[in-house]
Amino acid sequence: MRAAIAGNESAYHKLLSELSQVLRGVVRRGFAGVGVPRDDTEDVVQDVLLAIHLKRHTWDRSMPLGPWISAIARNKMIDDLRRRGRRPEVAVDLSEFEIEGDDQQASIDARDLDRVLGSLSDKNRDIVRSISIDGHSAREVAERLGMSEVAVRVALHRSLKALAETYQEKKL
Amino acid sequence: MRTEDLIKAISADAKSVEPPIAQTLAIAVGVGTLISALVFFGMFGVRDHFMDLMTSSVRFVFKFVLTLSIAIPAFVLARGLARPDFNPGKRLWLLALGPAVMLAGILFELMALPAEAWRSKMMGHNAIFCLIVIPLLSLTPLAAIIYALRKGATTHPVLAGAVGGLLSAGIAATLYAAHCPDDSPLFLAAWYTIGVVVMTGVGALLGSRMLRW
Repeated sequence: MRAAIAGNESAYHKLLSELSQVLRGVVRRGFAGVGVPRDDTEDVVQDVLLAIHLKRHTWDRSMPLGPWISAIARNKMIDDLRRRGRRPEVAVDLSEFEIEGDDQQASIDARDLDRVLGSLSDKNRDIVRSISIDGHSAREVAERLGMSEVAVRVALHRSLKALAETYQEKKL
Repeated sequence: MRTEDLIKAISADAKSVEPPIAQTLAIAVGVGTLISALVFFGMFGVRDHFMDLMTSSVRFVFKFVLTLSIAIPAFVLARGLARPDFNPGKRLWLLALGPAVMLAGILFELMALPAEAWRSKMMGHNAIFCLIVIPLLSLTPLAAIIYALRKGATTHPVLAGAVGGLLSAGIAATLYAAHCPDDSPLFLAAWYTIGVVVMTGVGALLGSRMLRW
């Protein structure tokens, strides 16, 4: 996370990939007892990942990372349960963080985000798709669209924010 | 969208990190206080003989001890509450500091003054003015604090909002105390308290609406 906060993309990618597997296990276990469909866990995992990204400046580097991630995951899970009208009591215990979520789940589409992608402008959606699904770099996208790389990065950041916000509004 | 694709998009955005939240909050409190202070000096200004009073009047100095015993613990708590992993339970005793100082001041004043004087000291010169000015001077600090807390990620939105309101009122009361002609702890207990409680309530309300994420 330190390297990620310093702006190291590949370290960040590695961290998020590992984290997503752990989160998948935690969300699944947390929701198992309350009858949330298994398919819906991926939406929550994505919501948590976006929150970790957009709120990473609230991690105090003198503190351990685990409790901070648990707190974010817990907040998002409670949010999701509240939206379903269930009693929001979720135990998130990262100490039992073994990687049990099978990674294949990462390849399953989460439907919520697709719906919220539709709320972006055409250009921003194009940028997000090119970088995420097609795996292009910001520079490649910038060249293709005739934009500066900085502009692409700004658009990407705004889009991620918008995605997280649309998630939030949908819940209200 | 697949999670692995989302992760690609997020990691491409690795360089967009914002300043640490503690720094954002400190700057927001500073700017909010500064604007409020400009309003204060523009509209009211400090009392005559301010420096003399600071060295000669225990009651005058006590006003600042009280308002800072509200503002400083509230700032410490707000800084913690901006983080999601903060556990407020262990630190809530900080909020008892202000009331404890207030209580000590009241007891001291009741012993120091004859009972006939209590009422007039409590009513003071201009209680209504005090009731209006403390919330008024709280507005810019509160706006700045809520803005900073929204950049944060509190897991206790109502409490964080209330503490933000308390902090803004502590700042406002510190400024106003330098102008206010009434120095008796009995006046503070009767009138300052109302402004502080009102702003704490306003903060809690804003928190419940604006600090969820």
